Amino acid sequence: MNEHEQIGQPRRRIEGARKVTGQAKYAAEYNVPDLLYGYIVNSTITRGRITAIDEAAARSVAGVVEIFHHERRSKLPGFDVIYSDMDAPPGSPFRPLYDANIRFNGQPIALVVAETFEAARYAASLLNIHYEEESFDVDLLTNLARARKPSKGLATLIKPLPPGPRGDFETAYAQADARFEGHFHHGSQHHNPLELFATTTVYEGDGKLTIYDKTQGTTNSQLYVSNLFGLSFRDVRVIAPFVGGGFGSGLRPQYQLVLCVMAALQLRRNVRVVMDRAQMFTFGHRPETIQHTRFGATADGKLTAINHVALAETSRFEDYNEVVVNHANMLYPADNVALDYKLVPLDRFTPLDMRAPGGSTGMLAIETTMDQLADQLGIDPLEFRLRNYAERDVSADKPYSSKELRECYRQGAERFGWSERKPTAEVNRRGNRLVGHGMSSGIWDVIALPGKASAEFTADGKLIVSSAVTDNGQGTYTVMTQIAADELGLPLEAVSFQYGDSRHPLSPIQGGSYTTAVIGSAIKAACRALRSKLFKLAQIMDGFPLGDALPEDVRFVDGAIVLKKDPFIRVSLTDVIAFNHGKSVTASKSNIPNIFRLKQYTRAAHAASFVEVEVDEQLGIINVTRAVTAVAAGAIMNPHTARSQILGGMVWGISMALHEETLLDVNLGKYINTDLGEYHLPVHADIHDLDVIFVEEHDDVINELGAKGIGEIGVISMAPAIVNAVYNATGKLVQVFPIKVGDLL
Amino acid sequence: MNNFNYTKAESIDQAVSAVATQSEGQFIAGGTNLIDLWKYDLTHPEMLVDLNGLSELKAISELPDGGLRLGALVSNNATAYHPLVQERYPLLSRTILAGATAQIRNSATNGGNLLQRTRCYYFYDAASPCNKRNPGSGCPAITGHNRLHAILGESEHCIAVYPSDMSVALAALEATVRVTGPEGAREIPIADFHRLPGAEPARDNTLGAGELITSIDLPSTGFADHHSYLKLRDRNSYAFALVSVATGLEIEGGRIRNARIALGGVAHKPWRVPAAEAILVDKAPTPEAFAEAADLLLAGATGYGHNDFKIELARRAIIRNGMMALDPSTQRPGAQPSL
Repeated sequence: MNEHEQIGQPRRRIEGARKVTGQAKYAAEYNVPDLLYGYIVNSTITRGRITAIDEAAARSVAGVVEIFHHERRSKLPGFDVIYSDMDAPPGSPFRPLYDANIRFNGQPIALVVAETFEAARYAASLLNIHYEEESFDVDLLTNLARARKPSKGLATLIKPLPPGPRGDFETAYAQADARFEGHFHHGSQHHNPLELFATTTVYEGDGKLTIYDKTQGTTNSQLYVSNLFGLSFRDVRVIAPFVGGGFGSGLRPQYQLVLCVMAALQLRRNVRVVMDRAQMFTFGHRPETIQHTRFGATADGKLTAINHVALAETSRFEDYNEVVVNHANMLYPADNVALDYKLVPLDRFTPLDMRAPGGSTGMLAIETTMDQLADQLGIDPLEFRLRNYAERDVSADKPYSSKELRECYRQGAERFGWSERKPTAEVNRRGNRLVGHGMSSGIWDVIALPGKASAEFTADGKLIVSSAVTDNGQGTYTVMTQIAADELGLPLEAVSFQYGDSRHPLSPIQGGSYTTAVIGSAIKAACRALRSKLFKLAQIMDGFPLGDALPEDVRFVDGAIVLKKDPFIRVSLTDVIAFNHGKSVTASKSNIPNIFRLKQYTRAAHAASFVEVEVDEQLGIINVTRAVTAVAAGAIMNPHTARSQILGGMVWGISMALHEETLLDVNLGKYINTDLGEYHLPVHADIHDLDVIFVEEHDDVINELGAKGIGEIGVISMAPAIVNAVYNATGKLVQVFPIKVGDLL
Repeated sequence: MNNFNYTKAESIDQAVSAVATQSEGQFIAGGTNLIDLWKYDLTHPEMLVDLNGLSELKAISELPDGGLRLGALVSNNATAYHPLVQERYPLLSRTILAGATAQIRNSATNGGNLLQRTRCYYFYDAASPCNKRNPGSGCPAITGHNRLHAILGESEHCIAVYPSDMSVALAALEATVRVTGPEGAREIPIADFHRLPGAEPARDNTLGAGELITSIDLPSTGFADHHSYLKLRDRNSYAFALVSVATGLEIEGGRIRNARIALGGVAHKPWRVPAAEAILVDKAPTPEAFAEAADLLLAGATGYGHNDFKIELARRAIIRNGMMALDPSTQRPGAQPSL
């Protein structure tokens, strides 16, 4: 009845109307008084030193207030640890404006601050920078000999390095009846959320700052700024109520934050710094990665040997790592396995988690390789996966906490009409267009982290729950409100979720698909503590309306505490507050995952995608005409926002397979298609019939909500399914992504 | 602020003299390319002469010879949706609608469309060397990413391509560009309007200093019965052509009487080879016939690595588009391949 009245219901975004009517304000839209505008200047060389900066022409522009660079900056700390943020990989984090050294093309080297944005931008174009250039290496392909093991650090706890070998891969591979060897490559990709990175810093005086920042972690930015500038943690408040997309780009504080705060502190003024679109290509990105696979199977379709090696770019100063090669043996229980993951340090900026980091890269190679083996063996790709279905995770020798992948396969195949698929050898055409069907599995590890929330019941009958967590646009605001409403038996309208503000209880950065689990569980815990306090008050109210009822004897329904055995006996929550002399009741709670219990299981969300493509036989033009993705991700909090998230993931997968790549000119050492005209994402005309299924899955191990998270899982299975469908249509396997016009001629 | 002078032109003559007497004077109409170039720090006008008040340039009118005059200031969308254009020159209408986005086409004008700068990643990046922007600095596209770049008519100085879709149809239709300059008015056949880069890649066209496009005149032959525009690109909308083909045919008794084929996305200007059209005359419109034409159109084509595929893609596109032209009703929106 009241239990789960909101959870599981399709609810529209609470803030939806505000967003589509322009009332939702983003970091660059806080028009505080007396605002100064900063414009960032970036290095045009790839490696070397700044020898001189000639400011004269820039300073002569009317309205210019100050120019910051490595020789004109406030004091910055000298220790790496101080620059560390919640998503910092092992190494030495980049320090904006720290010294004259240029480490990558597009490095921020100066900030021009002026009374208007236009004056700052114009003056920035007049800043004359002199460099001493050094030779550089940005090319992954010609530097593979330098590949080495990644360093270990805090990041490798959440993103574990590959497990050691099992069995004897080389012997098993040599003895396999069917073998496939794949060599895959994709270039860098940049997140490109629509909202540009921006910070508005309000100088409050007395060392206090209020900062509107585009970030996926208000606490993360707060920590970073207070560490860098030696401010008290409490004096720095970071606010990000609306975030126009993140996709991982906001998991680390970006350089506009440092420059903006530096200017505000030094000038004692309010300052705003906004990046332009080209600058959005000057920091973290999905790393260019080369992958080698060798899988072997028996004639009856049992996978016996798995070898998966990934070689990825990183910077010279940090070892960014992601989980690329670990998933094949989690999904398919072969006994002979050899995995390797190595990094090649280059003169490029450190990569950064980008939607389904690692998983989408690795599964593209794994699932394409699986289809090639199935094709060799003459087994339907879905049947091949079923013959190798892992009831248990042999790679870690653990059971799954829950796994409804088989049901994803079944429901997805049925909805799609997979039984109509023709073998690759048979031609399936519509006019000049070849039709192909492909499928792929998807997997994403469930991450557990501690989180904190507070809850308050007010005299006017409202529940206020709070967390510092952000909402990057996927519906966190709405889902958290639903969770809180259910815990106290209230309608959505009676609940107010305060978030996106570092003043609220601490939240980890919003990434890895764990926010619903981590913050949702914390809100549930805080609301439960609040319930308990409200009940205790009700127990001692005048006349003892609830008699000798124990907590388990009551329910919270419609704003009242109600006896389970006699619903006519009830105490309204507002009466409880009145009894409390009109003072609201508050509770705060941390949710600490039971790591010992969790560690006994492999915990993952699963998916299966089924895709139809049409490929023009002579011209090689590809259209994804329809696709179905079936997802098993535990309990789905809000099927409406969840469906949107999976649809977005499917579009992302189409983009990975067919469109998206940042082109690196290895001679100039820079990315060259740094605008949304030439950095191709799919447009509406590229997106046709997409369908989403949520498969029922119960999991009482992962967390109290039974929710696995859905931010990444929608992306992962889509790109390999497209590659497999193109192969099914044409008999051609493309291993360099994205597949381009011309690859199939 | 990056200060500049601005004046709203009252007449064609005043506009021409205002630009001709200023060293860095430029006309502005829709501004869809100029403002981009300015923001990217690639052009620095000191005087902007706003043409948008010149109502005499905003009409589409019939010509006595049965042709049509497209005013230079008519927007691309208004042109594409004009009943006379749709009826007599559907090839032009479809071609315009395959370009850019609805928003850009609403702002962009016919004259401005002709004057789009060539596309190249390196040209659009002020920090990269580029012979077009900075003569003698080199062409990084030749050894770099040249997927978008020219396979025909390029030079050792520049391999950029001209991006306009509309101009490809205008080339096939043999339009005439009418201009007025300090020396008076003149007419430039569309084939002579854009130029190949040669040793002077900075110049995209043959307009003289201060010359203003006043109209684009279409001759009476519109190929309304048999025509097609095919645009092959990296996504289905809002991307420049890798290869595009505009084909117009006149067919009598199953034989081609008159043929026009123009290519886009392959050169510094729309690409036509009269011999390739002549060879089609009196032939039945078959893939084999169009393949012969394709060989002549693409004679001497050169790839630079990433764009090698364009040579074969263009050949196949010419053949397909010839067949698509036979029955325009089978064509799909966005100039995507059909049949």
